[in-house]
Amino acid sequence: MRHNLALQVGDVGFRVGSAWRAPIAALRALYAGYPEPAIAEFTVRLEPERPLRRWVRPSIAIAGDYTLPEAAPLALAHGLLAAEMGMNLQMALGHRRHLLLHAAALERDGKALLLSGVSGAGKSTLAALLGERGWRFMGDEFALIDLTDGRAHAFPRAVSLKNESVAVMAREAKPDRFGPELRNTPKGTIRHLRPRGDAIARMREPAPPALLLFPRFGETEAVRLLGSAEVFVRLTQASTNYVALGEPGFAALSRLVRGVPARAIDYSDTKSAIALVERLWRELAA
Amino acid sequence: MSARLLVTALVDPGSTIALSSAQWTALIAIARAEQLIGSLAYRLDGLALPEPVENIMAAARASAEQQRLRALWEAEMARRALAPLAVPVVLLKGTAFVAAGLDAGVGRSIGDLDILVPRARIDEAEAALLGAGWERIKADAYDDAYYRRWMHELPPLIHVERDRMIDVHHTILPPTARPKPDAARMIAERIELGNGLAILSPADIVIHAAAHLFADGDLAGGLRNLWDIDRLCREFGERDEGSYLRLVEEAYAAKLGPHVLRALRLTHHLYATPVPAYHQAFRLAVELTPSDRLFLHRLLARDAWGRPIRSVTRFGFYVRSHALRMPPHLLARHLAIKWWKSRRSA
Repeated sequence: MRHNLALQVGDVGFRVGSAWRAPIAALRALYAGYPEPAIAEFTVRLEPERPLRRWVRPSIAIAGDYTLPEAAPLALAHGLLAAEMGMNLQMALGHRRHLLLHAAALERDGKALLLSGVSGAGKSTLAALLGERGWRFMGDEFALIDLTDGRAHAFPRAVSLKNESVAVMAREAKPDRFGPELRNTPKGTIRHLRPRGDAIARMREPAPPALLLFPRFGETEAVRLLGSAEVFVRLTQASTNYVALGEPGFAALSRLVRGVPARAIDYSDTKSAIALVERLWRELAA
Repeated sequence: MSARLLVTALVDPGSTIALSSAQWTALIAIARAEQLIGSLAYRLDGLALPEPVENIMAAARASAEQQRLRALWEAEMARRALAPLAVPVVLLKGTAFVAAGLDAGVGRSIGDLDILVPRARIDEAEAALLGAGWERIKADAYDDAYYRRWMHELPPLIHVERDRMIDVHHTILPPTARPKPDAARMIAERIELGNGLAILSPADIVIHAAAHLFADGDLAGGLRNLWDIDRLCREFGERDEGSYLRLVEEAYAAKLGPHVLRALRLTHHLYATPVPAYHQAFRLAVELTPSDRLFLHRLLARDAWGRPIRSVTRFGFYVRSHALRMPPHLLARHLAIKWWKSRRSA
């Protein structure tokens, strides 16, 4: 495809091809400073939904090595989101080299903090904030758990900030790290934030998980101890490839659940959430 | 650029040493698109590969092994469900290859479980599966009736807990297709695996693969199908020198002679399948015919991004797939009902 870009995100190389120039230009600007893989593991294609849709009311169908037949097309103006969804889709459907957890990950002192939660629980915002305040950002979407040694590998793609989080992060990071504001997407207003330079430079450094938190935004502050059975079930639901991996997936997840302390945390504002995370890290992980 | 890149890598894995990074990326995308990444990964096993490629191939081998285990487990589940009926259960396609330990099963992607049971017992088989946790997924009454009246298999069933599909066949081609293979003979000549399951005889396995590819479908997944046929013919030919003669003989008896011969010509051309040079009254001509070139044009229709190309040829084969399945009046009726239903639901 004429418009294309190769991107290394953590241990995974992507190539993104597009029928239009604009999505690739936006991607290139957002991902400035990311290495370029020579050989891409996954191919993402942004194609016209039908041939006519290249020119008339352009709409992007997300395709690639792995494709969901019923995925809704996106407007050309949301090309960055389409590329992000395309990359996520390849990971969710095709990645088998690690146990894939739908979780944000951060590193400090050589150890990893995992934040797992359903969409809207605030893990992206929390991870982005911690990434500006003394933690190495390892990713806001997927944590990749090594099947043999259990370490978490980073997947530090640009943070996908939604709605209110955009303003929160605008106070934290310089404007040149932000992508364009994407309004009226299926997920509301979205703006991407490129992680700090250290997160990109150290993207290939894994870290053993030391604390597992399940944050929930909008409740009064609370910390709840979770039994290992509950943690296990929550993480099977948070994993896109646990079933497909079979026994190695079970072994990796069991090791994680047995070896890493876990808590569910409720929080009502980000400031107290950060204080809570820091306290739990001191008590349980440091 | 075409899927020839994939074909060359499968036939001569050592040749990949000369691939550029861009060609590796294309090869991986094409192999995934043709569902041959697992087969390719095993072919490349042991070679010195670029590190990202080795990682991808190791994962593809692990994934194929997991698919093999799941396929065997699913076959065992079906066996248990059908055991009280004391009916022959013949595994078909990928599950048969891995259950019998055939080379064609090495690295193969396996989705649904396909089994063949005698037509007279198919209602009992369906009832037994429904009683063991499988459910119907085609809720639509017309589609259900269509399957039962015109297809060679029951409407697909899906297991409520394991989320896996089973296709229960009573023959290998839709009853409306012109060739009428004798399913009862195929079942009678099955090979028992000793665990309550069976596979088709060597000749019938190849005939089924060729029939599936050339008498029932639009050639989607054709490169994988021909790779199956190549692996099967090589293995059966090594075991038994007469295997090709028996294959052609049985194929003509099933009115599928031309289909099998086309398969042999194309696998010989693409995958260098060794076809013995018989010097008897007849010989297997492996020179490509003009129509073979059209089939090749369709089989290799992928670009470096893994995208389907050559849309006119693809559409031609799509139309052909319908024409193969149904006589024109039946096709017109079927399309009219589908169109009317789609308008009503819109």
